[in-house]
Amino acid sequence: MSKRFTTVLAMAALLAATFLGGAFAKQQVIIESWRTDDLKLWKDVIIPAFNKHYPDIEVIFSPTAPAEYNAVLDSKLQAGTAGDLITCRPFGKSLELYNKGHLAPLNDLPGMEHFSEFAKAAWTTDDGSVTYCVPMASVIHGFLYNKDLFDKYGYEPPKTWEEFMDLLAKMKKDAPALAPLVMGTKDQWEAATMGWHNIAPNYYGGEAGRKAFLAGKEGFHTDGFLQGFEALAQWAPYLPRGYKAVSYSDAQQLFTQGRGFIYPAGSWDIGVFHQMNPKLNMGAFKAPPPAGATKSYISDHPDIALGLNPASKNQEAAKKFLEWLTTEEFADLYGNALPGFFPLHDYNITIKDPVANEFLSWRQTSEGTFRMTYYKLSDQKPDAETDLWTASVNILNGNQTPEEAAKWIECRLSSWYQPHKHFYEELNCNK
Amino acid sequence: MRRKPFPWHIVVFLAPAVLIYTLFMIYPMLASLKFSLYQTLDDGRQVFVGLGNYIKLLTDPNWKEPFWNAFWNNVVFFIIHMSLQNPIGLFLAVLLASNIRGAWIYRTIIFTPTILSVVLIGFAWKLILSPTWGIWFPLLDRLGLGDNEVAIALLGNESSALITLSLISVWQNIGIPMMLFLAALIRIPNELIEAAQVDGANSWRIFWRIQFPLIIPTVGIVAILTFIGNFNAFDLIYATQGALAGPNFSTDIMGTFFFRTFFGFQLRPGDPNMGATVAGMMLLIILTGVLIYLYGWQRRMEEVQF
Repeated sequence: MSKRFTTVLAMAALLAATFLGGAFAKQQVIIESWRTDDLKLWKDVIIPAFNKHYPDIEVIFSPTAPAEYNAVLDSKLQAGTAGDLITCRPFGKSLELYNKGHLAPLNDLPGMEHFSEFAKAAWTTDDGSVTYCVPMASVIHGFLYNKDLFDKYGYEPPKTWEEFMDLLAKMKKDAPALAPLVMGTKDQWEAATMGWHNIAPNYYGGEAGRKAFLAGKEGFHTDGFLQGFEALAQWAPYLPRGYKAVSYSDAQQLFTQGRGFIYPAGSWDIGVFHQMNPKLNMGAFKAPPPAGATKSYISDHPDIALGLNPASKNQEAAKKFLEWLTTEEFADLYGNALPGFFPLHDYNITIKDPVANEFLSWRQTSEGTFRMTYYKLSDQKPDAETDLWTASVNILNGNQTPEEAAKWIECRLSSWYQPHKHFYEELNCNK
Repeated sequence: MRRKPFPWHIVVFLAPAVLIYTLFMIYPMLASLKFSLYQTLDDGRQVFVGLGNYIKLLTDPNWKEPFWNAFWNNVVFFIIHMSLQNPIGLFLAVLLASNIRGAWIYRTIIFTPTILSVVLIGFAWKLILSPTWGIWFPLLDRLGLGDNEVAIALLGNESSALITLSLISVWQNIGIPMMLFLAALIRIPNELIEAAQVDGANSWRIFWRIQFPLIIPTVGIVAILTFIGNFNAFDLIYATQGALAGPNFSTDIMGTFFFRTFFGFQLRPGDPNMGATVAGMMLLIILTGVLIYLYGWQRRMEEVQF
């Protein structure tokens, strides 16, 4: 009898302790993100480093698969179940969230002075008055190559587009079993992101070209923009066998297993490739400009930032975390733990990974520009970015010529984008 | 004379089903239909636009084209199911009903894909057909088709992707018509078949003169189930081709078109009102099919039977 009584008492005490413990528990901050690949890194490196300063704040990193992230986040925000911190996509998507009141203004957050205007541009209102996300990193496009294979066949990384094309042709002859250029078109976004966005800035002239485009002076069917499509079309013969059904992860595997020479990359692939095959000896070269060009351009795209959910119940704790994101400690940690994600802070940090460093060095020799379809051109349906996927895939798959694809995408864009209205008439789009 | 008491027990027995069905099916359906008659402004206000969304869907070139593309792709998807899945299912059912040895093993094996998760099926087939991993490639090389552009990228060519996916779906779902037909065939009294055998009828004749006429109601049910299933399909396409239903929207069907419209995609924000409109059109299409079945087929069946 008494034994049972003690047991009951002990259980009651335990129960009470759990509840009380709950009441006094650490403050919890939940981060919404699409970076499923980085789950381990956040758990093992970033959050522990943060907890050294703020042991009372429990941070939970809760990512959703990239393709579903926007949709899942939208429904969570509408239902009021979203986390305290929200990982921000650049430009339109985050602006939309801010306009709907799902992101809090962060102008007054201590530490924001460590970001330049360029760094903040992707997460600032069009009039420049409000910044609503703390910039974390940008990604740079270029090409990764298999150094061992290059040495074996005695190849040098190409400096101009013409050299690049010659090299690809040589590869196809020298080693028919290997893919000269490892990319597929099945998942569609690579063709636009690693293809067009990677090489086209050299043809349309980076920021200047992008601004002329926005103002309606240029269109997808004119000058450098069309040349970008024409350059992309030249890749088709050098893609892997059956490339139309090769997915992104297939291409990653092909390259890391040494079954191909060159991989049109985003810098974020560097870290992934180190994990997939630690022995892979990689080098990198930037998008080669056409021969005779005086300037070269790279795609330096602000990609990821973190914002505050105004509906969060732990605003204070969440702000502490955002403040910590602006520190040099975080910039150093993030830049080195995730080689290929380049912090946007103004600190002078050293990136230890040599391949990532190579990417970073292009900022000195080339002019940077971001993916041109992300700003304004994708605010309405049909959005230029998704159309660019379709157009780039159609060109590589041989379903459309560069001219046809350029005309198609320009017609779709000019159907709603006011500064391009005159192209709609000129191209006879309604026929 | 005493009046019969009100049959309360009927109400009690019907109540749970009516309640649950109303709460989880009828109410959301009506709410979605209502939603399709509104448009959301930038500040979040809802304005009534009548049939405006439907008119936009059917007339605006940016909506009309993907809608009809998805519709006709869906029709192809359905035709392939009707002309392959159901006849083959029937054939297998007849074989299984004829007391062949080890029938239960075949039954289990053929039915297994049906109970597997579609995501798993999609992934497995993606691997089989993958140009990097797939066992499909060595097979092609043996057949001397290693250089055939279409064959090496079945899921990547506009001409082959939809047919390939339809066939995968047929392979997966063939167990359902097979089981339904089998259940119907087993119900046929053995005396009829034995009598026919005594009269000297062969299997072919027995099938067309006795078995098939007796399972015609099931044929109708299978057809309408296939129709509803196909026009609601989404998961296989999404699992293998993603929400963009590539290449170049050649595998886009009503379900994936709805998904992209409602939830948005990548940079494109979702439009719940237009999504509800697409859902409304899907309901209309399915309703039309079901009504044709009910009035054109079911009623005639009843006239035959009674």
